[in-house]
Amino acid sequence: MVDVRSGIGEAVPPAEVEDVELYHPHSWWTRYVFSQDAKVIAIQYATTAIAIGMVALVLSWLMRLQLGFPDTFTFIDAERYYQFITMHGMIMVIYLLTALFLGGFGNYLIPLMVGARDMVFPYANMLSYWIYLLAVLVLVASFFAPGGPTGAGWTLYPPQAILSNTPGGKDWGIILMLSSLIIFIIGFTMGGLNYVVTVLQGRARGMTLMRMPLTVWGIVTATVMALLAFPALFVACVMMLFDRLLGTSFFMPAIAEMGEQLQYGGGSPILFQHLFWFFGHPEVYIVALPAFGIVSDLISTHARKNIFGYRMMVWAIVVIGGLSMVVWAHHMYVSGMNPYFGFFFATTTLIIAVPTAIKVYNWVLTLWRGNIHLTLPMLFALAFIVTFVNGGLTGLFLGNVVVDVPLSDTMFVVAHFHMVMGVAPILVIFGAIYHWYPKITGRMLNEALGQLHFWITFLGSYAIFFPMHYVGLVGVPRRYHDLGEAAFVPESVHSLNAFISVAALIVGAAQIVFLFNLVWSLRHGREAGGNPWRATTLEWQTPETPPPHGNWGKELPVVYRWAYDYSVPGAPEDFIPQNQPAPGRVSHEAAS
Amino acid sequence: MSAPLKPSSMETLPRPSGLAGLAADWASDQRAFKNVSWGKAMMWIFLLSDTFIFGCFLIAYMSARMATTVPWPNPSEVFALEIGGVHVPLILIAIMTFVLISSSGTMAMAVNYGYRRDRRKTAALMLITALFGATFVGMQAFEWSKLIAEGVRPWGNPWGAAQFGSTFFMITGFHGTHVTIGVIFLLIIARKVWRGDFDTERRGFFTSRKGHYEIVEITGLYWHFVDLVWVFIFAFFYLW
Repeated sequence: MVDVRSGIGEAVPPAEVEDVELYHPHSWWTRYVFSQDAKVIAIQYATTAIAIGMVALVLSWLMRLQLGFPDTFTFIDAERYYQFITMHGMIMVIYLLTALFLGGFGNYLIPLMVGARDMVFPYANMLSYWIYLLAVLVLVASFFAPGGPTGAGWTLYPPQAILSNTPGGKDWGIILMLSSLIIFIIGFTMGGLNYVVTVLQGRARGMTLMRMPLTVWGIVTATVMALLAFPALFVACVMMLFDRLLGTSFFMPAIAEMGEQLQYGGGSPILFQHLFWFFGHPEVYIVALPAFGIVSDLISTHARKNIFGYRMMVWAIVVIGGLSMVVWAHHMYVSGMNPYFGFFFATTTLIIAVPTAIKVYNWVLTLWRGNIHLTLPMLFALAFIVTFVNGGLTGLFLGNVVVDVPLSDTMFVVAHFHMVMGVAPILVIFGAIYHWYPKITGRMLNEALGQLHFWITFLGSYAIFFPMHYVGLVGVPRRYHDLGEAAFVPESVHSLNAFISVAALIVGAAQIVFLFNLVWSLRHGREAGGNPWRATTLEWQTPETPPPHGNWGKELPVVYRWAYDYSVPGAPEDFIPQNQPAPGRVSHEAAS
Repeated sequence: MSAPLKPSSMETLPRPSGLAGLAADWASDQRAFKNVSWGKAMMWIFLLSDTFIFGCFLIAYMSARMATTVPWPNPSEVFALEIGGVHVPLILIAIMTFVLISSSGTMAMAVNYGYRRDRRKTAALMLITALFGATFVGMQAFEWSKLIAEGVRPWGNPWGAAQFGSTFFMITGFHGTHVTIGVIFLLIIARKVWRGDFDTERRGFFTSRKGHYEIVEITGLYWHFVDLVWVFIFAFFYLW
């Protein structure tokens, strides 16, 4: 392709905006606690998300103990089991994955990668974290409230979510859950606006949109989707809160409970499902797109090769983002709908496989004949590709109405979405932490501990979720506290359940190795230097490591090339940083 | 009007117009929207997000209204007033709508005077806008108390579908909250304008950013949005 873009070998356009003056912290409190520095906020977000994620991990252990060894742990009764399911799902999807990818990696990487001093509105960015923390605290409070947390299932479907026999339905559980979600959305919006405006309006000289690393593309597309999808959840939460507290009937049909007619009548539970999934499906990609972006950069850096088909990768991200806003009702096939709607939603769902497949092919083609370094980030990236393909293929099964109906509400669905939006993005998170930890702390994570962590996590999660597909195909329903002596459940399912539970305990325990590594390496890790992976992107070119407040010292960086100039023929090194002026037109960019 | 905003030291390259200009802007570095400040871009994107919130509220209301099996109360009867013995349907809502639309006019004038750096007129017009807004909220409070006195509750009403009361209180309440927040912001910004903060480019307490008259326009964007939302609520809730 002929290069028609300006920039390579030409003058970089002059600055359009004055360099910003940042808020200078005057005390320890404003420097490290109420900090307006996006990097500190990122670490706060990440720490809080990982902490609450550990709670969700323990909850999954408890569930697996019950499923693997029924009648052994008497304190896990049916009520508690549903509470564990609900809180595990909600925490993992929203308070861990969304917060960590957007609030954590978004805050740390966006300003550094686009060459900005900070987010455009650091004060709102700081508020975003503290409101997120409040949401987490309200959520945690529900564990200690009378009646315990809600047990409505992570989808919180009415009418059962607010009926008195659902755990937390008549007490505080559901109220605290809905309030926490509302608070989360308010907090997220403050941060999300920052991420989008920083990328659109706050880039460095020479940093065009089509020179941004794919990480930034993934995060910012996910943020735009979140800004459009979270409103639906916000509205659904407000309405259900009114149903529960004021006695309105938005989602409540005329209904009898324990032989007693309730005051509700005339509402539509299906309306909630539409609102919820209008948020819920984009949410899958809000988690997946940052993972796609990050993994592209990990693969390119550690295979020392430019990403294959950069423009196609960008457009695939954008197209996936757009399509995922119009597929939500594929979560509702069993709720019943007009067959033409089913046809529409099945079609859009399956079309998503096209841009997704483009991405997978491009990752594999980037690896092809690359100079692959099997570093920890690369191992996690490879594991991600395999896992994502596995989870994605079962998604094709479930996207078809006729296949979905018998499989819906079986463990097959649990296996599918844990592979595709549980394990796969978390593998990317691990890879990303191993990759950027040296920049954040100045020290490398311990390699041996990391290998141990990787192999147990990777193989272990297959031990957990592969058998679960079979359990689901046999017809074992999900969300059952106890399978009992059902005739259709063969003995193999019971032994597999025990096997899965043991694997889950081991994989969970392996995460302690990871956390230990994070803390231990802070002091004892090998000194990393400024650019240990010899990467091209701007965050590795900061004058100091870890980067101080303001990131760049006196002069803002100027960008002369795209983010993927690895192994350029004729170049002295196998990477050329984005801010290195081009001698002539030596770059892969023109060919992409 | 926005000419004085651009920092004079910064130059911009000449750009093509029309569709080619759009493509050139998005293909360029630094900023996708040329000559749009960070604050204005952020407000626009926030309003887009807020549109989805009101959109979801209104769609939920419409689906409830279409799905109900009992009659929906007739809005022109419910929102009628007896004035001097004459039965006037929707009169209060008409006045409220008039007040709110007028406030958009005064807001636009405030923005205009802001860019002329006319401190007094800007502040005065913002105060008038805030006053209109407060009047609107006051009339809404009157309307609420009248309906409550007639027996309308979030969970039921004397005339038909229970969802009438629930959606009414929820949607007008959420919109009224937006107006109230707008009034508070108008008062804060008007005070700053009056004090001359934007003439001296006084720095924000938390943000250390210099104040500019542009914040009047950004507040105006929000205010016009709240008005526009009201037009939709008016059309879908009262006129349907």
